[in-house]
Amino acid sequence: MAKRDLISIDDLSAADVDLLLDTAESFLPVLQRDIKKVPTLRGRTVINMFFESSTRTSTSFDLAAKRLSADTIGIKAKGSAVDKGESLKDTIITLSAYSPDIIVIRHPRAGACQLASANTTASIINAGDGKHQHPSQCLLDLFTLRQAFGRNLRGLKVAIVGDILHSRVARSDIAGFQLLGMDVTVIAPPTMMPREVDSLGVNVRYDLAELHKADVIYLLRIQQERITQGANFLPSLREYANVWGVTRSRLRPGQKVMHPGPINRGVEISAAVADDPDTLIAQQVEAGLAVRMAILYRTIVGSTDSDTKEAL
Amino acid sequence: MTRRLWSAPARGADVLIRGARVVDPLAGLDETLDVLVRKGRILQVGTGLEAPTGCRTIAADGWLLLPGFVDLHTHLRTPGREDEEDLASATRAAAAGGYVAIFAMANTDPVVDTASLVQALALRAQTEAVVPVGFFAAVTRGLRGEQLTEMWELAQAGAVGFSDDGRPLSSAHLTRRALQYAKVTDRFVAVHAEDESLTRGGVMHEGAVSAKLGLGGMPPVAESIEVDRALELAAYEQGRLHLCHLSTAASLEHLERAKKAGVQVTAEVTPHHLTLTDECIRSLDPNYKMNPPLRPEADRKALAQALRSGLIDCVATDHAPHAQQEKEVPFEDAPFGTLGLQTAFAAAHQTLVASGALKLPVLAERMSQSPARIAGMAVPTVQAGEEANLCLVDPRETWTVTSAELHSKAKNSAWLGAKMKTRVKLTIAAGSVAWEDGAR
Ligand SMILES: [Zn+2]
Ligand SMILES: [Zn+2]
Repeated sequence: MAKRDLISIDDLSAADVDLLLDTAESFLPVLQRDIKKVPTLRGRTVINMFFESSTRTSTSFDLAAKRLSADTIGIKAKGSAVDKGESLKDTIITLSAYSPDIIVIRHPRAGACQLASANTTASIINAGDGKHQHPSQCLLDLFTLRQAFGRNLRGLKVAIVGDILHSRVARSDIAGFQLLGMDVTVIAPPTMMPREVDSLGVNVRYDLAELHKADVIYLLRIQQERITQGANFLPSLREYANVWGVTRSRLRPGQKVMHPGPINRGVEISAAVADDPDTLIAQQVEAGLAVRMAILYRTIVGSTDSDTKEAL
Repeated sequence: MTRRLWSAPARGADVLIRGARVVDPLAGLDETLDVLVRKGRILQVGTGLEAPTGCRTIAADGWLLLPGFVDLHTHLRTPGREDEEDLASATRAAAAGGYVAIFAMANTDPVVDTASLVQALALRAQTEAVVPVGFFAAVTRGLRGEQLTEMWELAQAGAVGFSDDGRPLSSAHLTRRALQYAKVTDRFVAVHAEDESLTRGGVMHEGAVSAKLGLGGMPPVAESIEVDRALELAAYEQGRLHLCHLSTAASLEHLERAKKAGVQVTAEVTPHHLTLTDECIRSLDPNYKMNPPLRPEADRKALAQALRSGLIDCVATDHAPHAQQEKEVPFEDAPFGTLGLQTAFAAAHQTLVASGALKLPVLAERMSQSPARIAGMAVPTVQAGEEANLCLVDPRETWTVTSAELHSKAKNSAWLGAKMKTRVKLTIAAGSVAWEDGAR
């Protein structure tokens, strides 16, 4: 049987997504318990390899594996053999000697997961590769949206605002949102919009004039390095905040704000909006754990064993 | 529309101009008419108009009444070099040249690269400028060619467009970014097209005259290469591009191809490139040293033809004052630039219209209405109900360009000592008399 990887959101059908989200939902009660652990993946091994600094994603995958009673190994680029110049291929081959069931990879380059997958029998889960994909983020975003708007997300209007060009979250979300029938608009400075982005089936806008049309406003983090000399994606963070920053006055009542974090207060999101309990930002973080448990679980047991209740 | 022009408040004009040949392509006029201006507005355009009491009459038989001129390319030297030019002197020169609006380039000291600087200049214009002044903002901070300015905020403050003029944009990457980012502002990027690696050490057009004089040459390809690059990028990014002071026939070929392909591009030509050639430089007079340099006759002819056809959209002066001591040096050491505002129409009229190369209505359109449209300002037109923005010209009065005649603080005019055969008699800008010949 071919192993299951989760490298791109495009690997999933709408039914796959539904199953993953339902599975995640079934894990929620576990996380409310006194002892937040199930024996489901006892004896299984999950390796978390993070070649790029990440707090929330690595913590969340690590904890998800532990909640499922898997043995976990965390490897960071710093201090590892990778730091000494070992190639990704050799690192994967070496680790595969321990027969892990799953290798979770975060890597600064697109294609790292494909390379890893070709060199191991373990399942590869992409925790972010370059500017390409971040499928677990997309799934937790969808999970959050389902919690807020109900199971049927068809027709929901989402505006993704920010540095679309450099964002793997945007690429995953565009595909995932569309998979569930949502209407996606991307909003960015022209310098931060991928060429021919409309080929992805999105509406394209360069300012917030039509922001009021969105049910959900999904903000992306603006990174300081986009401004440094020579890059010239933006003249300044100040100007970004002036033109594209989402403030209270730019929102209409009922619009839900999301952000994958970490947020830049005063840049893409005003402090008042960030602190508004009506946003879905905290829910996204909470969803992360259950969704990643579901991803690990489904990666190992597959979809045939659909009665997760039994597993719990 | 954000405000883009500022001037000192002045009393609205009350005047009846009688019997002038009114030439206004937008209004479809080219006939002898009377024009009555009351409180700064054109009240009536017709024949046999009577002056109401308290309203003076100007007998303008044989004179031309034109929509006031608009200059998209003035170097104000303010802030920083007020010894060379300031808002008052530049706008007096503009008024005496028939201009009703001028737009200043950003290469001052400090460079106009922040909204607060635009606002400060606008405030100053409201006390000093006799003709409305607008301001370009820089594309890059400090004109260093590195980091983009806050274009959106600059546009909010009233910047008319973005330009690093004085210098070319340093790379294709920067030109691309500028064209991309300017899209959020509804403003254009004005480019001084010059490949500096080809013009380094050059002081004049590279050709027969430079060969004779032993002066470093600035090859025409240094311009056309950059024009082509900017056009390709504007096409690719669907950005809005304005080409400053085109000077070569090769640039025009690129421009024509781009316009045919639907690129959003406009272009300007200076009065000196339309009327003078590099032959002038045989005198080694530093007042003929400009950048881009004066070109041979074939280029001059091609430029005039392009202005006539509309391929080039407008005349812009590149008015560039320089202190006397800086121009009174050997040709090779002198800075680039000539004054232009006060002599632009006279030079173009007596050279191009008199020779039949250009029809007067076309020249009027290219000096007034076309640049006004590019700037996004109200288009001057001689029609009832409009604010008076017009000038009155004697097409036969001869005068000599002397230092005393020039209102600019600096006197570095390429026409210094030249006999002019056309003279602006009256300019009404933003409804007020900004210039009246003989009335001091
Ligand atoms: Zn220039
Ligand atoms: Zn200039």
